[in-house]
Parts: sequence; structure tokens; C-alpha cells
Amino acid sequence: MTEASTSKEQEVLAKLDNFDELPDAPPKRSIRLSWVGKISMAIVVFWFVIVAIGPYIAPHHEMDMDGDDSFLNAHSNEYGTYFLGTDHLGRDTLSRIMYGARNTIGISLVATLLAYLIGITLGIMAAVKGGWIDMITSRINDAILALPSIMLGLIAIAALGSSIPILIGTATIIYATSVFRIARALGQDIMVQDFVEAAKARGEGVWWIIKSEVLPNAAMPLATDFGLRLVFVVLFISSLSFLGLGVQPPASDWGSMVRENLQGLTYRSYAAIWPAFAIASFTIAINLIVDDISAKSGGSLAKKMV
Amino acid sequence: MMMQMVSRRIGIGFAVLIVVSIIVFIMTSILPGDVAQIVLGQSATPETLAALRAELGMDQPGYVRYFRWLGDMFSGDLGTSKAGGASISSLIGGRLGNTMMMAGLVALISIPISIALGLWTAMHPGTWLDRIVTFGTLSLISVPEFFVATILVLILAVELHWLPSTAYLTGNENFFELMRALAMPLITLVIVISAQMIRMTRAGILNVMNSPYIEMAILKGVPRKRIILRHALFNAIGPIVNVIALNLAYLVSGVVIVETIFAYPGLAKLMIDGVQTRDLPLVQACAMIFCSTYVVLILLADVASILSNPRLRQPK
Repeated sequence: MTEASTSKEQEVLAKLDNFDELPDAPPKRSIRLSWVGKISMAIVVFWFVIVAIGPYIAPHHEMDMDGDDSFLNAHSNEYGTYFLGTDHLGRDTLSRIMYGARNTIGISLVATLLAYLIGITLGIMAAVKGGWIDMITSRINDAILALPSIMLGLIAIAALGSSIPILIGTATIIYATSVFRIARALGQDIMVQDFVEAAKARGEGVWWIIKSEVLPNAAMPLATDFGLRLVFVVLFISSLSFLGLGVQPPASDWGSMVRENLQGLTYRSYAAIWPAFAIASFTIAINLIVDDISAKSGGSLAKKMV
Repeated sequence: MMMQMVSRRIGIGFAVLIVVSIIVFIMTSILPGDVAQIVLGQSATPETLAALRAELGMDQPGYVRYFRWLGDMFSGDLGTSKAGGASISSLIGGRLGNTMMMAGLVALISIPISIALGLWTAMHPGTWLDRIVTFGTLSLISVPEFFVATILVLILAVELHWLPSTAYLTGNENFFELMRALAMPLITLVIVISAQMIRMTRAGILNVMNSPYIEMAILKGVPRKRIILRHALFNAIGPIVNVIALNLAYLVSGVVIVETIFAYPGLAKLMIDGVQTRDLPLVQACAMIFCSTYVVLILLADVASILSNPRLRQPK
């Protein structure tokens, strides 16, 4: 073997390694957001940063009642400045929003991730295995989907009381049902494709097919759907908190902050408005990103969400 | 063909109602554990516990209790509230009427608004008004109901002093006072529900606009207005009726928030109070009313879409 042929061989091998250069390689998935999408992305990233470091950079502690009085607008005293004023107990609204991000977004994120884990596992399993597994999981799913989510939440809290684990558990079960439905439908579509038939004919195992064929093809639609699902969970959790049945005081949470400070509206206090805007900015931004992405990918998801 | 499908769908609806009652029963009667223990607390003696269990029928197996509960409910006996021991039927009575009145008024106002705006935006896609409506409705369906309510209180009640910020009813208002008291919750719900309906109507009509016979009409040179009003609208009626029924079902969650924020004496407020005091029989009864309404409305939506599909009208 000459040296020249070895280097040529290596060149070919290197090319083969680079999957994208193969003639029939799938097109690169790059997402270019419009300017609305970019601003929305900045807002979402901003809130995730607050979730991570909010309590460390907040000017006051969420429970410090050192503001001059309740329902004051922006002012300062010897303890510091209250940029967004104080709430019904004289606590700093800005700091409580920064602490509350962790409860509102954190709980929702955990619940959505768990819902995805359970929903995708069961959904793909139902699609791949079929038969009685599909039958039982689908019927249970239909039963839970037949109830309005807020009712399920209320019944669960009436039966078990309200605590953060119960909130997460309830939201997980309720929203795992819709993830299940989507994952099952996607899985069934993919399972009848030729490349899956080919893999079966080659004698690949079930796990290999799931890992190498089903999951990569279902990933993109599921990722876009994750955004929508997260919005629903945020709305669900903050609505329960707003009703006084979610995150319990004195912990701060955007939904309960709106509730606690509602009577302040009469004194022209904006303490209830700021956390409401915080929720709105987060959920609207996510929906705009999803809208942007699905408009670029043929609009099929945009139709599904209206 | 069509009647078969409709009766089949109604049959499924009944099955769903039974399943819903089982879920509600399990969650409120089996899940909390020993209700007698919860009521009597740690200091209860075994004798009093046994006596209370027998009184509540807790010594019976679960399925016996379920069928007894279901039977009682069908004969109109919804049980007694834990708080005060009043019968639940008497608590629910007037409250149910208040909630129905609110839901009816919301439907009456929001359906024409939504269909008109949905039609208009579908007829003029891409215009600035269409963009504003599309962006506005997307924003509105992304925010919680209490956000809309809070902003409305700030603007209409606090800043402008036009409307009261609560909707408390005493029972002897005249028509004008009643409308004034109901205005804030009504406006909130109409905004929230219309946003959904406008989007769905617009999407439904644009969907029909993609079909080949519309393309044919465009190629023949039929004006756009005529295409929408004569060709697209009739085929979109089915989807639109479907949208209306679905959105009335979504009203269930809107009503819960709005009745609480405006202290409106409706069924949802009663249920929230029940959840807060963990009055399980009361929660059970209210949940069954809300869930069955929801199931029936979804059923109506499905039946409407079956009936409006001309392909199912002729047997093959």
C-alpha cells in the first residue's frame, strides 16, 4: 500500500464521517427567528437567568417587611430603594418578583419536564408495542383528557391539600396526557415509514428502532410543542396560586402576588400589576417564539395551537 | 350512516360521563384516606371512629359506596355540606342559576363578535387590522384570565370609575343595577373567550380557503367577498359550530377565576370556597356539575361536526 492511497482513503473516510456532506444528507436544521422572535427569546432567557440567580441579586429578602408602609409606589428608606414599591405587607415588590420567578417558572418547568418524560415514554411505547398496552394507556389518557384541567387541579387539592409536590404531581399528570397523545400519534406515523420497515427487516431490536429512528424524527415537533405545554402549565399553576390554592404564603409566587395585592389597586398601587406583567411577558414571549418557528416550518403547528 | 355515527358518539359520551363520575369519586372519596379520622382528629377513640365511619358509610367497600353515591345523585340528593350541615342542593340552587346566567350572556355577546371579526380577518389577511387582531388574540390566549381581569379593574374601576370592581349580588337589583354589577366579569370573559373563538374561526375559514373548489372559484374570477360569503362560509359552518361549543366548554375554567376575582355569587365561587375548607361532599357535587357540562358541550361539538359533514349525509 503506497502512502498516496492511504491518504486518499483517509480523505474519503473523513468525508464519510462528515454526515452533512453526503449527497442525501438531511438539510441542516437551522432556525432563524424574526425580530419579534429574537426579542421574545431575549425575554425568555432573561427570566431563566432570574430563576437561576434572582434571589442572589434581589435588593431585599422576599419576606423583609422593611418598606415604609404597604402599597407605596417607588421610594427609598434607610434599608434601600424600592424600585417597584411595596406590597400589602410593606415588602419589596421587585425582590418578591425575583424570588417568585423560581416558584412560578421553576415549578412549571419541573412539571413540564416530568410530563414530557412520562408522556413520551408511554406514548412511544404505546405506538411501538401496540396491542393491549396501547389500548389501556390510551383509554386512561382519554378519561383524564375528558375533564377540564382546572377541575382536576381543584379536586386534587381538595382531596390532598396544597403543597409544592402535589402541585407538581397534579400538573404533571394532567399535561402528560396531551404529551402522550402527540407522542403516540408521531410514533405511529414514524413506525409505518419505510426506513423503520427496513430496520425491522435488518433485524434491529425495538430499543434500537426507538433510539435511532423514532426519537430523532419526533424530536423537532415535540420540542416546539414543549413551549406551548410550558405556557399551559405556567397558566395552570399561577391560576391555582391566584385562587389561593397553589404556592402558599409567605413564599412568593407571581399568581399569589396578584391575589394578595388586588385590594391595593384601589389605592393606585401597582403591586398587583407588576407580577401580572411578569407572567404575561413570559407566556406571550414563548408563544411568539413557537409561532415564529412553526410559521417557518410549514405552519402545521401554528394550526394545531389556535 | 350519519345517524349511526351520531348515536355512537352519544353512546361514547355517556360512557365518558360514567368514567368521569368514577374519577371524581375516587379522587374525593378514596384518595383522601380515612375521612372519619380527618374529621375527628388525633384524639378520636376507636369507638367514635367506628361510629362515624358507619354513619358515613365508610365501613362499606368502595364500589358499594360509589353506586350509593351515584344513585343519590340521580335522585337529586347531593349530600350535606361539612360546613354548617346544610344540604348541598339548597347551597347550589341559586348559585347554579347565577353561573348559567353569566355563561349565557357571555355566549350571547361573544359569539357574534367573534364570528364577525374572524370572518373579517379571514377576508382581509395580511392587512394591518388583521395583524393587530392576530397579535392581540395570540397575546390574550397566552395570559392568565386574572391578568385581563386585573388590568380591566385598574382601567375601568380605579382610573375611570365607570364600573364597580366587585359583582356582588344582593338579589333585589333592578335590571340596570344587575347589568352594572355584571359588567366587569362579563367584559373579562367576553374578551378571553372571543380571543380563542376569533383565532379558531379565522383558521377554520382560511383552512376551507385552501380547498380545490375555492381555487376553482378564484380561477373563474369570482370576487373574494363572494367566494367567502357564498362558497367558504357554508362549508366553514360545521367547524365554527364546533368552535363555539368548544369555547363554551373552555368557559368552565374562565368562570372559576372570574367569579373569584369579582366575588360573584356563582357555583364556581362556591366550589373554590369548598376546596379551601376541604368540604369534600360540596366539591364532589360542584365538580360533577362542571365536568358533566364540559363533557356534554364537547359531545355537542363533535355531533355538530358530524352533522355538518355532507359526506356523511348519504349512505355509501
